[in-house]
Amino acid sequence: MCLGIPGQIVAITDVDRMMAMAEVSGVRREINIACVLDGPAELLVGKWALIHVGFAMSLIDEEEAAETLRALQELGEAQEALEAMAEGQKALEEGKP
Amino acid sequence: MKFASEFRNPKAAQAVLARISEVADAIGATAENPVSIMEICGGHTHAIFRYGLDKLVHEGVEFIHGPGCPVCVLPMARVDECVEIAEREGVIFTTFGDAMRVPGTLKSLMQAKAGGADIRMVYSPLDALELARRNPEREVVFFGLGFETTTPSTALSIQQAAREGLKNFSVFCNHITVPEPIRALLQDPHMMLDGFIGPGHVSMVIGTHPYDFIAQEYSRPIVVAGFEPLDLLQSVLMVLEQIRDGRAQVENQYARVVPAQGNPVSLAAIADVYERRPSFEWRGLGEIDASGLRIRAKYAAFDAEEKFSVGYAAGPRHVPEPEGCSCGAVMTGRIKPTACAQFGRGCTPDTPLGALMVSSEGACAAYWQYRGARGAEAAE
Amino acid sequence: MNAPTLSRLRDTRVTLSHGGGGRAMRDLIDDVFATVFRPPGMEDQARLYDSALTEPGARLAFTTDSFVVTPLEFPGGDIGKLAVCGTVNDLAVGGARPLWLSAAFIIEEGTEIALLRRVAATMAAEAQKAGIQIVTGDTKVVGRGAADGLFVTTSGVGVIAPDRDMAAHHIRPGDVAIVNGVLGDHGATILAARGDLALSSDIASDCQSLGHLMQDVLAAAPATRAARDATRGGLASALNEMAEAAQVGIEIDEDALPLRTEVKGMCEILGLDPLYLANEGTLVLFVPSDQAGAALAAMRARPEGAGAVAIGHAVAGAAQVRMRTAFGGSRIVDMLVGEQLPRIC
Repeated sequence: MCLGIPGQIVAITDVDRMMAMAEVSGVRREINIACVLDGPAELLVGKWALIHVGFAMSLIDEEEAAETLRALQELGEAQEALEAMAEGQKALEEGKP
Repeated sequence: MKFASEFRNPKAAQAVLARISEVADAIGATAENPVSIMEICGGHTHAIFRYGLDKLVHEGVEFIHGPGCPVCVLPMARVDECVEIAEREGVIFTTFGDAMRVPGTLKSLMQAKAGGADIRMVYSPLDALELARRNPEREVVFFGLGFETTTPSTALSIQQAAREGLKNFSVFCNHITVPEPIRALLQDPHMMLDGFIGPGHVSMVIGTHPYDFIAQEYSRPIVVAGFEPLDLLQSVLMVLEQIRDGRAQVENQYARVVPAQGNPVSLAAIADVYERRPSFEWRGLGEIDASGLRIRAKYAAFDAEEKFSVGYAAGPRHVPEPEGCSCGAVMTGRIKPTACAQFGRGCTPDTPLGALMVSSEGACAAYWQYRGARGAEAAE
Repeated sequence: MNAPTLSRLRDTRVTLSHGGGGRAMRDLIDDVFATVFRPPGMEDQARLYDSALTEPGARLAFTTDSFVVTPLEFPGGDIGKLAVCGTVNDLAVGGARPLWLSAAFIIEEGTEIALLRRVAATMAAEAQKAGIQIVTGDTKVVGRGAADGLFVTTSGVGVIAPDRDMAAHHIRPGDVAIVNGVLGDHGATILAARGDLALSSDIASDCQSLGHLMQDVLAAAPATRAARDATRGGLASALNEMAEAAQVGIEIDEDALPLRTEVKGMCEILGLDPLYLANEGTLVLFVPSDQAGAALAAMRARPEGAGAVAIGHAVAGAAQVRMRTAFGGSRIVDMLVGEQLPRIC
């Protein structure tokens, strides 16, 4: 359900109809920006939005994205620390006479 | 791709998978007695298979594939009505590619096109609107299907058509909503679900509060999730942690896209254009109260049901599901697709019997495509 | 390849009289298509000789293919280029050296003659590049709506050297799978060029002849077992057919698959899998592991193979294609039932 992908708004194409050009990995498509418009349309240029069936549905919150990645990274570090401890324990045990 | 590839990092996955195993062991989940987590959304089902997540996670975690594929749950009678409209003189019938192959009683849209109907696949309702502008002598109908994610796009298109005074544009509205079928599933006495992965893109429109009842009334955890593999794994971990801690909460793993309150512009457009139908029929699940939307009277000029006197406007029509089809049982998590007597026999992607084989998002179709159902793994 | 200085063809569009068998038809053929055919001034049938055919044990390879595409012209090629490359490649992947081609044109009434000239010119140019001669042909004109602009059918004849025996059933576990370059460019280009999805990008079709590339590969890696051009149905279909024919499993590595960013982007937008996108200048071949390096080097020495990479290998077991995902999981890559359609969900 509901294929949506992040795309960058690169230009406003029609202010009255609330249309803008978005780019996803070098592919361009005109999209509607009504749902993410909050102030002058020009301010959206450069922003990233979640695009679904030709509509920008939500602006991507870069801080939240970074936060999620940070949490994932911490999990990774915690895991590495655990593994290192396990390795250390194993080495200790193997080192025993 | 920014905001996507970072969430596909296999190194980070190892850590999350290890944590999932830890927590799954802590709560005593095993292959024989697994924790059953339903991913509601068909997009999540697709991602689980595409990245092989079902085989990467701890054996005590079982994914149950939910009803969140709008094409799969579309009853045959609705497809018949699409064909009926499309075959009218002067109509250009526009649809998302997904709906082209869904079988009706007699034929699919693909077959109707072959028979001469002017049916066009579009990427967006905006493209249907553009067709209407360019072909003022033709009636352009857009097949509006999908959950809350897609509903704003047709609502905004209808509003735009009204502003421009377009006379030849209408929407055949078959939009449906997520919370109601989930409630129906939770009320099923056979239901065996321990938690939910919430649909990320529906939630960016409606927010996270519509799921409060899942936690509060049914004491099940739900985590709204993104669509990248790390998003899904992290969400599984969050569900497991809730179970371990004896919590049942609505959590949001996909905060980069989903605001708790949803999107106000989308919600306003939906409320302006649509109202709830008393009930709506779902393939495999039957009639569910207040689970479908229809176009309000003030936009009747853009309502294909009114314009062509079909669908609920012409009185509900019911076509019984094919015999031997167990889609309902698969969707409520009672059986795996491969346990259905018709799977791979009477029902294949070539000749789908049931809803879940119809779209590539459907659980049965996903099993077939990604697990080589014809091969040795069918029995898994 | 220069058009006659004094053209008798005054129309700008094809009419039914260009198919009537009279002077109008003669003019169309002389003026537009004669440039394509070598040698000019041929009889009704081509009379052919090549010394390679007289070698004891040499075999004739013969193939035919029809080409329909909308739009007729697209970034990176047109229907004529497709028609030459497609048939040349069918010959090439069987180990044949492409020699001769026939070309038949079904033209819809109303088609622009300027378009036909452009198509004829690209065919002539591509045939020359591929080292193949278009030795016979035909044109027919049909009424408006009875065809979509222009359909082209080409048949090709080539010669297979006496010691050469390439076939998918020769593939053995351990053989390395190699592709000559990026996947899905043609399919993505056509999707964008059709215009109804309103997508734009700089992707161009990969449409190219692979005859010379195959000859170089076979010289460098004579034990090459089999090759397929990954056209309709994409790499996934080609690999499935090969697994089926050889009764071996095939394992590919998602990380190794060469994909352009734009093709990935288009697939993400439309919910498509690049493994099923059509290619028109991409082949996959299997070679014993000890010759894989030589095959890769031979490919990379040519522009058509500059992006050549190993993407996986054949394994013992069930005849199915399995992909190790970039995420560390694994999944089956099955044949598609029908055409891949853009999806929203």
